[in-house]
Amino acid sequence: MGDFPDIQSNLGEYVSNFVDFLDSALAGLFDFIFFISSRTINGIEGFLDFLPWWLFLILIFLLGWYFKSVWSGVLYAFFIFLVGTFGLWSEMMMTISIVLSAVIICLVIGIPLGVWMAFSKGFSTVMRPILDAMQTMPSFVYLIPAIFFFGLGNVSAIFATLIYALPPVIRLTELAIRGVDPEVVESAQSFGSSRWQMLTKVQLPQALPTIMAGVNQTTMMALAMVVIASMVGAQGLGEQVLISINRIDIALGFEAGISIVFLAIIIDRVTGGVADRFQKHRRAK
Amino acid sequence: MAESKVKIDQVSKIFGPKPKSVIAQVRDGKSKADILEETGHTVGVYNASMEIQEGEIFVIMGLSGSGKSTLIRCFNLLNKPTDGAIYVDGENIVDYNSSQLKKFRQEKIAMVFQHFGLFDHRTVLENIEYGLEIKNIPKEKRRQTAQENLEVVGLKGYEDKYPDELSGGMQQRVGLARALANDPDILLMDEPFSALDPLIRREMQLELLDIQERLKKTIVFITHDVNEAFKLGDRVAVMKDGKVVQVGSPEAILENPANDYISDFIKDIDRSKILQAENVMIKPNALVSLKDGLKVAIKEMEENGISSVFVVDRSRHLKGIVTIDEAITGIKEKKSLEDVLSTDVTTVSREEYVSDLIPKALESKYPLAVVNQDNKLEGFILRVHVLSGLVAEDVNESKEYHGYTN
Repeated sequence: MGDFPDIQSNLGEYVSNFVDFLDSALAGLFDFIFFISSRTINGIEGFLDFLPWWLFLILIFLLGWYFKSVWSGVLYAFFIFLVGTFGLWSEMMMTISIVLSAVIICLVIGIPLGVWMAFSKGFSTVMRPILDAMQTMPSFVYLIPAIFFFGLGNVSAIFATLIYALPPVIRLTELAIRGVDPEVVESAQSFGSSRWQMLTKVQLPQALPTIMAGVNQTTMMALAMVVIASMVGAQGLGEQVLISINRIDIALGFEAGISIVFLAIIIDRVTGGVADRFQKHRRAK
Repeated sequence: MAESKVKIDQVSKIFGPKPKSVIAQVRDGKSKADILEETGHTVGVYNASMEIQEGEIFVIMGLSGSGKSTLIRCFNLLNKPTDGAIYVDGENIVDYNSSQLKKFRQEKIAMVFQHFGLFDHRTVLENIEYGLEIKNIPKEKRRQTAQENLEVVGLKGYEDKYPDELSGGMQQRVGLARALANDPDILLMDEPFSALDPLIRREMQLELLDIQERLKKTIVFITHDVNEAFKLGDRVAVMKDGKVVQVGSPEAILENPANDYISDFIKDIDRSKILQAENVMIKPNALVSLKDGLKVAIKEMEENGISSVFVVDRSRHLKGIVTIDEAITGIKEKKSLEDVLSTDVTTVSREEYVSDLIPKALESKYPLAVVNQDNKLEGFILRVHVLSGLVAEDVNESKEYHGYTN
């Protein structure tokens, strides 16, 4: 017979023990992350709730107008208006706050890590397989430790989203900094720039268009996680999709689903528009 | 001679996993190819030494791969030499720690790059300001300095453009203004005009000479173009395979190339734009003074086998020229030297280029007289000297060959 011999390894169990260990050993850290994440979400959500619905529509219109065109602005505002008519307004606000929080935290962590990787070959070598793992590991897998560390709720959702959405911004930051024209770096050096001046006055501004492409990707991936994240208790549109699956409610499922699509279109176009802005003065390269 | 501004003392730059391990072999004089084969290290600059004087344009010339760009990056330690010392105003900059180095780069030295190295996220004016900005000079002041330097390079009105909106020549002007804004003692220029088309290049060369006339910086200029090197350089260093093969004034290199490589290199050069009157002129060994009279003049010409002789006064001021025919006729007609003297001699100064001498030599029926500001005779030039100066490998040789006959 072709049965596999009776050799067993307990990798899964080790990982489980390790997670237990982390939970107790790093309790302070997790509390800290919890605190930061929940404050960020609550802050953004509080702000969005505070906005009257029409003002939000106007804001969306202005964003679309500024970064794309008048008609884009009108279209985006119409999308948002439609979501409101589905009765999913507050869910949408929740989703936006989760996504925005996740993205902000991604940038705060990701850009410095990317810069560090660009400067240190050793660190880059260590980080690369970790980033690969973060991107390829099925996302359901790290939902479990997320619950373990942060309990059910939005913070767990953000944690899971972070793991999924962080790699692009890190990778593209590294790539962008490394890709700055060596002669430009040399010329900054030749004037006696300090390391910090070099980074802030030359390398980051030069790298910005590519970094913005990373921000765009990270945002889209964060949005892609909303449904999965709802399995660990994230509220918002993702939760509605999950509910509609459980109830086999096609109507709700479609409305919540198309709302996510609308959000995706708006966020993609606007962040893409920002990236184009930065690209503007450097056509003839 | 005064202390030189920059002294490069046996500098080597080696690339590879363990550069220091190869120094001994470089010192032993092993060849670059052998070192590459045995150790896998590339010797970029091989034991180079040179001294650069304050206020001169010093050109380092070589083909690609000759190590010239590597060497110029040692001057401001963008490349740290593997071995050797670099003295600037008597201080060895290789020993500088990072804060000394920063200060040195901020205050003493600035660089212009082949592909301009401009910051394309900043406007023209912000680019020029950069060096001042990192020295934390107040905004008002640095704006003003940047504006002044912008005008020096003739880009007034382009303050708020972005580099990509300018042509190559204009971009390099920004690069130059940015370097000048720091008011450095030393200006490093790494093939600054190589990326420009020929017309713009010529224009920029003249402008550089113009600016240098006013500012008197010490300029180290890299090029692979012999004509450019000889046109701009007060002195030129020729590099090959990381080694400095010859250092000297353009005229000296033209007259005495150190080896076949350099002879080959300078073969195509337009010598008429480099050689000056003083390089082709001959020191007069037969001169007649006004009071000497016609007989002495004839005797001088006969003894030296020449057909005409310059006439000067007691302190060698040029009075004119007399030919042998005129002198003999003069004696028959009992005229004095002053009577037969022709005064329509074409005079030139020592510094005139051979290219400017050609038409003068063609028009004049007498040899050209080389005089100083006080009209004192310093030498003379025959037509044949002008020509031989253009083609001969060795100008002196041709002078001897053609003798003093006209």
